[in-house]
Amino acid sequence: MTPPLEYYLWFAALLFVIGVAGVLLRRNVIIVFMSIELMLNAVNVTFIAFSRQMNNIDGQIFVFFVMTLAAAEVAVGLAIIVAMFRNKESINIEDMNLLKW
Amino acid sequence: MVNSTLILVWLIPLFPLIGFLLNGIFGKRLGDKAVGIIGSGAMLFSFVVSGYLLLNYLALNQVGAEFHSTLFSWISVADLQLSVSFQVDSLSLMMAVMVTGVAFLIHVYSIGYMHGDGGFARFFSYMNLFSFMMLVLVLSDNYILMFLGWEGVGLCSYLLIGFWYEDDKNASAGNKAFIVNRIGDFGFLLGALLLFVTFGSFQYSEIFSQLDRFSVGDGTITAITLLLFVGAMGKSAQLPLYVWLPDAMAGPTPVSALIHAATMVTAGVYMVARSSFLYVLAPTSMTVIAVVGVATALFAALIALTQNDIKKVLAYSTISQLGYMFLALGVGAFSAGMFHLLTHAFFKGLMFLAAGSVMHALANEQDMRFMGGLRKKIPKTFITFLIGALAISGIPGLSGFFSKDELLWQAYSSPAGGFWFWLVGAVTAGLTAFYIFRLIFLTFYGEARWKPETHAHESPNKMTLPLIILAFLSVVGGYIGVPALLGGDNRIHYYLEANLAKLPVDAAAHQSHSLEFILMGISVLIAIAAIYLAYVFYVKRRELPELAAAKFKRAYNLSFNKFYVDELYDYLFVKRLITISKWLWNKFDVRVLDGMANGAGKLITVTGWYVRTVQSGLVSGYALSLFIGSLLMIGYYFFR
Repeated sequence: MTPPLEYYLWFAALLFVIGVAGVLLRRNVIIVFMSIELMLNAVNVTFIAFSRQMNNIDGQIFVFFVMTLAAAEVAVGLAIIVAMFRNKESINIEDMNLLKW
Repeated sequence: MVNSTLILVWLIPLFPLIGFLLNGIFGKRLGDKAVGIIGSGAMLFSFVVSGYLLLNYLALNQVGAEFHSTLFSWISVADLQLSVSFQVDSLSLMMAVMVTGVAFLIHVYSIGYMHGDGGFARFFSYMNLFSFMMLVLVLSDNYILMFLGWEGVGLCSYLLIGFWYEDDKNASAGNKAFIVNRIGDFGFLLGALLLFVTFGSFQYSEIFSQLDRFSVGDGTITAITLLLFVGAMGKSAQLPLYVWLPDAMAGPTPVSALIHAATMVTAGVYMVARSSFLYVLAPTSMTVIAVVGVATALFAALIALTQNDIKKVLAYSTISQLGYMFLALGVGAFSAGMFHLLTHAFFKGLMFLAAGSVMHALANEQDMRFMGGLRKKIPKTFITFLIGALAISGIPGLSGFFSKDELLWQAYSSPAGGFWFWLVGAVTAGLTAFYIFRLIFLTFYGEARWKPETHAHESPNKMTLPLIILAFLSVVGGYIGVPALLGGDNRIHYYLEANLAKLPVDAAAHQSHSLEFILMGISVLIAIAAIYLAYVFYVKRRELPELAAAKFKRAYNLSFNKFYVDELYDYLFVKRLITISKWLWNKFDVRVLDGMANGAGKLITVTGWYVRTVQSGLVSGYALSLFIGSLLMIGYYFFR
């Protein structure tokens, strides 16, 4: 007896909204990054749920791609944050405002 | 004419082209002597080839035969097929022989005249280029190739008028010639394009073969012929576009002789004669030509009476003689006009060269008030000049007599002519004899008025030899056209007429011979009387000219100031143009055009000023707009 599809979707939606809220509201860049991971994983949950429901393996393959992408993104992102911190002694997102008019 | 002979046609313009390239590219390195030999040698070769072709043509004994020689395809676009091809007939051969012959003599003369000038090679390369363009003009078998030559000679004229460009006056004279000519050229081009629209071809023979479907007085043909005549007016210095020619005397004297007397200015006459088949269908245009021609002849002769600059007198004389030629064309006597063109090339070229020789003797003095008494000092120049003057006056036995008399007789007797044309022409003939002998007497007779330290000397042989040859031609040149009345067979008309159109009714045949004799006698008497009058005025009783000038002060001033035409044009066109240009510059250009350009820039700047505030640099702000944007897009698909 498995839980119905809606449960997974509601769960994923909740995770996603938490991620969005984190990105928009938090000032710590590391937290923002983690929130992005949260959003990506929310999508992953949806993929897996649909894959299982429809008996189609494609969704699970896609999840691997998303995880690879997330790993790459974190690697680049953390590198930027380190470089940023060396320059500004801060990881507050509001201090990263060089690219403006 | 067999093909092997005909193929020689393209050699005629080729030699001057080679001369132009050699002198133009290597001129400085070759040295003056080689440049002179190349320049005149090219013309000599050309002359020999054209002479050979002419002899071959005459030997054919096929009157009116015309041959075409196509070199290569030039423009090929849709319906327009143009090739560089030459037409050989009596008209083009006559012009080619005249142009190359006179050009050769003038090139030889130039070696002496331009000796020591810094631009010696440049001068000869321009002269060769001019000859090339002129030959293209006369040999072409379609209007566009003719137009190429037409513009080419205009360019060379501009370059050579402003040859001594260090002097601002010369450069602006060149500008004036070019700009006034452009007005005429515009008419020519419109005429040629209208021809293409009407006939679907630019080629003479194709156009003329379609003329059957047009009746006399057809509107389109009239428009075409009038437009072409506007071109002729500019190039051949007719009223009201003649103003550039007197100023063109700023160029070296051989240029005045070759371009502004013998060849280029007669291009308009040649073009109208070439288009004679069109003109006979347009009586209105013919009348316009005759009236413009006869008015120009009289007008320019009146101005020439009082000018003091020796070259200006000859320039106005040229305008006047060109007017004569147009009078002949206008009354339908195309061959008479061409005949006068030929003899005029001899005697007017001669007189210009002789005037150059006089200037050479007097250290470039051009004002006749500072000449006089040169008869003994420069005898060769004097005698040849005198022969030219007698020829232009129409003294029996010289070339000018035959052509002028033929021309005046046609002006009277032709169906399109009339008594008034003849009368004005005869009066002009009298004026011509008067002003040309005024020039002779002022220059060669009386006391020496030049500075005593001037060493007046005869020109070198290089200069006097062409004078003598041209003087010889001025005497005998007329015998190719002795009228039947005087026991001749008028060979030149016999040949030329076969390639030209004729007016429908030949009324000349009905005129009595006695009348022709009487008119001939009257014009000769007028000329002799005018010469005697000039003798009285300028040799016997030297006080008379001033008395006459004082008595007819108003008329004298009008003539002396060239009827104020330059001032009138200055007021009507030049000043207006400057006013309009200034307005366009200060108002239209600065405000409208610059305003548009600057406004476009400003618009971008201002827009950017507002739009850039979006770039706040706040990462969360960007994320928020990304989020809202995604929501909106998803919402759109969701609630659609």
